[in-house]
Amino acid sequence: MSEHLGIVVSGSLSKGVEVRLDSSASVEDMAGGRYVTIEGKKQRFFGMITDVNLEVIDPKLTLTPPDMADPFIAEVLDGTSTYGTLHILPMLTIGGEATGLIEGPQPVKTVPSHFSTVNLASDSDIELVFGKEDKGRFWIGNPLDMETKICLNLTELVKRSNGIFGKSGTGKTFLTRILLIGMLQKSQAVNLIFDMHNEYGWAGTREGAPPVKALKQLFPSSVAVFALDEENSRRRGVSTDFVVRIGYDEIEPEDMVLLRQTLNLTEPAVEAVYQMRRKFGKNWLQRTLDIKDAEETRDLLKDMNIHESTFQNLQRGLATIRRLPFIEPHAPVNAVISILEHLDRGMNVVLEFGRYRDVTSYVLVANMLARRIYAQYQERMEKAMGEDTAKPTPLVITIEEAHKFLNPEVASNTIFGTIAREMRKYNVTLLVIDQRPSGIDGEVMSQLGTKITCLLDNERDIDSVLAGASGKSELKTVLSKLESKQQTLIFGHAVPMPVVVRTREYGSAESYRDFAPGQETDIGKRAEKDIEELWE
Amino acid sequence: MTEEQRVGEVIEASTTDFVAQCYELYQSPPLGSLVKTRDEPVELYGIVYHAATAGFETGRRPIARGKDEATEEAIYQSSPQLLKLLRSEFGALVVGHRQGDKLYHYLPPKPARIHGFVYLCQPDEVKEFSQSLAFLNILINTHLPVSTEELISACLRQMSQVYEDRHAFLVAAGKELAIFLSGQFNQLKAILERIKQ
Repeated sequence: MSEHLGIVVSGSLSKGVEVRLDSSASVEDMAGGRYVTIEGKKQRFFGMITDVNLEVIDPKLTLTPPDMADPFIAEVLDGTSTYGTLHILPMLTIGGEATGLIEGPQPVKTVPSHFSTVNLASDSDIELVFGKEDKGRFWIGNPLDMETKICLNLTELVKRSNGIFGKSGTGKTFLTRILLIGMLQKSQAVNLIFDMHNEYGWAGTREGAPPVKALKQLFPSSVAVFALDEENSRRRGVSTDFVVRIGYDEIEPEDMVLLRQTLNLTEPAVEAVYQMRRKFGKNWLQRTLDIKDAEETRDLLKDMNIHESTFQNLQRGLATIRRLPFIEPHAPVNAVISILEHLDRGMNVVLEFGRYRDVTSYVLVANMLARRIYAQYQERMEKAMGEDTAKPTPLVITIEEAHKFLNPEVASNTIFGTIAREMRKYNVTLLVIDQRPSGIDGEVMSQLGTKITCLLDNERDIDSVLAGASGKSELKTVLSKLESKQQTLIFGHAVPMPVVVRTREYGSAESYRDFAPGQETDIGKRAEKDIEELWE
Repeated sequence: MTEEQRVGEVIEASTTDFVAQCYELYQSPPLGSLVKTRDEPVELYGIVYHAATAGFETGRRPIARGKDEATEEAIYQSSPQLLKLLRSEFGALVVGHRQGDKLYHYLPPKPARIHGFVYLCQPDEVKEFSQSLAFLNILINTHLPVSTEELISACLRQMSQVYEDRHAFLVAAGKELAIFLSGQFNQLKAILERIKQ
């Protein structure tokens, strides 16, 4: 396929430019999402193909189509009377002016002039735009049909909350794992991962193939696996670093607000929780459950102005929580402190939920732990600012099924809503993973810095992901045409322009070597050394 | 260079075309072929668009003579004067000129000279001239007794013969025509039907 595609024939800054394809370039070789450069008179533009059209020069051709079975006629008409056009969205200007050379790619502020030539972007153009793999940049994948590496600036990425979206089975988990590895290596941030499906700690599942290695296997020295369900972890052969237990006294009324829907609590019941907390103090949960159906109870409820049915509703809800096996009257070790200790040492923490994949457990635990960690970070950050000491290590909290925490009803109450909105200042950001982005509060969505999205085919989901992105309608075409596996659209803060990426391979021995260079040999060497020492 | 083949002499000339009489009866160059005549220092190129054979005197038509002859050839043998009483002429549309070393695919400043010799262009020259197909535009935009489609297709068929890769030449010419005739698809189709091999 030739590098030269055609010339610009019309266009606008808001809608992008139309490019007439040369007869040498076939429409069938084009692909939405591919990169092109446009050689303007003064500037070079970098853009993306967002649409491909078929055109005829004379409408009569469509009414009485010529005999295309005749190769001669077909050859003559191809590219002259019938031709293809590309719709290209110029995104950046590269090179050209002095500022462009000094400051790198700049957002476009104009369109190339008439008949500027359009070429396929070369590897070096793409490198110029997305940067080379280096200390802060992580190779996430390749552009479509090209071998160049597209790199994400992870240092920039972790400064904001980010989102990974996509239908079930489109590779969100693989993508997340790759991204986590990247962050682990290059971002200087630590990760706390609420791993609902046990995918990130030791091993991850793969459709129709043996499991793949996850973080702990690749980076044993910098990942700690915390387990909520020790038995399950043991059965899966995972060596856990810590078993999380939660005491009754650690549950706060705010945690109940979030569980209102899943526990089927009424509004007054949630209100009653606060009253109980005021009345009974820290041990409110135990005390509330202990209240028996007796005369004094009725008096007590009357005092607190709680209706009896409300109270029963609340008790039922709390009983559900008590039945959760990891909830104990008194937790032996405070999980929050342990997590923070690990994080402070630069260890990344994966919290595996084991069998407790139900929403109640996940929402309760994630919210509870995150809230306390938030409080700690806020305190330390404020202290650091006040005393001019070292700030806490940036923390990225990964949550799955994010719409459970961030839907419009609860987003204002959960800690994750707060983190998404303002925790950036306190060095804590979120990595939100979800398959129904439309379920997430618009306010939270708008705060996500970089959005990474695999295939979505629900209109509302697409709209919510692309809300506010420039060139939304064009991106929509690209997004809906993504392949269902290994392809993803990245746009936002960490990339200079929206980019469609074929995610890099994960799961083969070679890919592990790429991801964790030296790790395996390190282990090997260490083992050898240990053996030698043993014999000495 | 091969020897130039002289085919006639200009007997009528205008800015856009010239008419030449053949030296031999019936020996006019084929329809669509490239011919040239000189008017030093300019060399004019024309495309043969029309040829006719008729009696010398206008208004006096030949009469049928073959009733008692066995073959057509015998008619001419028994009446040798016929060869002198009839004449063949052809018209050529001026499509370009050469001045010095340069070829121009548009009309020359002056028409051809009467009695200028007319030569049939040799393959090398045809190849050189047809490097640019801009002259097709002249053919498309002229009103002639013969239909434009017929003339253009005849011309392209003639020219393609000097190329080793006839197909490539015809496709290139076809594409050029598709641009000139962008709004007249039916005309384009008619020409393409006539030049496909």
